[in-house]
Amino acid sequence: MMADRVVPMVEIENVAKRYGGGQPVLGGFSLSVAKGEFVSLIGPSGCGKSTVLKLISGLTPPSAGSIRVDGMAPRDAREIVSYIFQDATLLPWRTVEQNVGLGLELEGVARPTREQKTASLLELVGLAHVAKSYPRQLSGGMKMRVSIARALATNPRLLLMDEPFAALDEMSRDRLNEEILRLQAEQKWTAVFVTHSVAEAIFLSTRIVVLAPNPGRVHAEFAVDLPVPRTAVLRDTPEFDALAVKVSHTLRSALTPEGAVVASR
Amino acid sequence: MKPGVKRQLVNAVNAAAVFVALLVLWQLVLWIFRVPSYMLPSPWAVARAFVDRFSSILIALEITSEESAGGLIASVLVGVLVALIFAQSRWVRRMLYPYTLLLQTVPIIAIAPLILMWVGAGTASVAVIAFIISLAPVIFNTTQGLISVDENLVHLFLMYNASPSQILFKLRLPHAVPSLFVGIRIASGISVIGAITGELYAGSSRVGVGGLGYSILYASSQLQTDYLFALVVAATVLGFAFFFLVMFLERYFLHNWHESARMADADSDS
Repeated sequence: MMADRVVPMVEIENVAKRYGGGQPVLGGFSLSVAKGEFVSLIGPSGCGKSTVLKLISGLTPPSAGSIRVDGMAPRDAREIVSYIFQDATLLPWRTVEQNVGLGLELEGVARPTREQKTASLLELVGLAHVAKSYPRQLSGGMKMRVSIARALATNPRLLLMDEPFAALDEMSRDRLNEEILRLQAEQKWTAVFVTHSVAEAIFLSTRIVVLAPNPGRVHAEFAVDLPVPRTAVLRDTPEFDALAVKVSHTLRSALTPEGAVVASR
Repeated sequence: MKPGVKRQLVNAVNAAAVFVALLVLWQLVLWIFRVPSYMLPSPWAVARAFVDRFSSILIALEITSEESAGGLIASVLVGVLVALIFAQSRWVRRMLYPYTLLLQTVPIIAIAPLILMWVGAGTASVAVIAFIISLAPVIFNTTQGLISVDENLVHLFLMYNASPSQILFKLRLPHAVPSLFVGIRIASGISVIGAITGELYAGSSRVGVGGLGYSILYASSQLQTDYLFALVVAATVLGFAFFFLVMFLERYFLHNWHESARMADADSDS
């Protein structure tokens, strides 16, 4: 799939994870993400999708197996990684621009550079007009845009997204999907994206990984060979629909015990 | 803002109406049951006492407000400091929480004489009593605010390789400010109560001159019930003043972002 000497952005090998003494969340989980890929993780709840992101970010250690991020241990790789949570996780006491500049501020970037960077990012996500507003004054979609701008402010090379648009209405979600693709085309980061939505996964990804539960593991993979750049009309094409049917089927088979019974057509 | 102002005006008028009704009821009780004035003076007599002895009431008010303000400010400073320590680990909290609870459960009246003995009679020991009684709510509320930060926000800071002190000062502390104000609001009321209670014991260096608590004791021993009532009114006013001052500060610091301090400012955003 790739030349041996190219270091993958994410390399997860045979990882198991259990919290405390509970049931394993992940078992024998392996996944390699090449640089520039947009990989979506999709699967029924409880299959450990979010845990995969927590492991890649080093927020929780694996119980067994190894994880490398650009050849580094996850905790050492945080400088090139940004995390976008399901909630916008903005600080309510900070204005929009102060929120976007948070990462730069914590990393000790000087104010003038910070303000310049913040302003250009707010321009990029179309929120320059609310730079001085507080989060409570924004809609859900706008808050998520601020969250995206904040994540991009530190020039990440890997973006981890944990169902970032799950709480949004469908229209905002579609628009933000298009925006995410536009930003990725410009900035060329790698993405690992957790979602419940098949359509969202297909629209965004170069590759879709379907997980099965108990314990969480890779059930199936789909390469998404749809043309780039992708625009809203892609969602109306037969190729898109065909793939959606295939992925949905596989997703359902992941739910059946042991994944043994594959739905017949 | 306009409907807000109108609503506030209506509220004020209603409150005033209740006040007048209570005064009328009070006067009626006096007439119907022929209560002697040393038991219950008439509203009019109380008002007269208030005016006639305004200068002594003012002095008492000043002494008590200094004592309770001193106690309150000390309790906020110490309380926040203790809360910062409590927020560091669950261990520390488990070890020290019971003693904080002690602060709240020990009857202040019972330990007031002790404090007088230790600190010496006078305004300082009264301020210490006000401090002790108002410390617990500040500690409890601030600690709660510091430790109730959303886990994902902590994760976010960790992803930026934030140091523990950055997490404390840029995340936990600002997040705790609304809870801190809840604590201060509770503490502001009871610091006045604490000061007055302390004064009941503390006595005075000059006969007849002391804080509200001392003056109330003095008035009751002299059967100057109208003066006593006037002093109680002054004490109530002081409690209100503290409460509103804290509320004002809360609005000032939080109006931009926190629900508790938001007024009808819906027209300020687009």
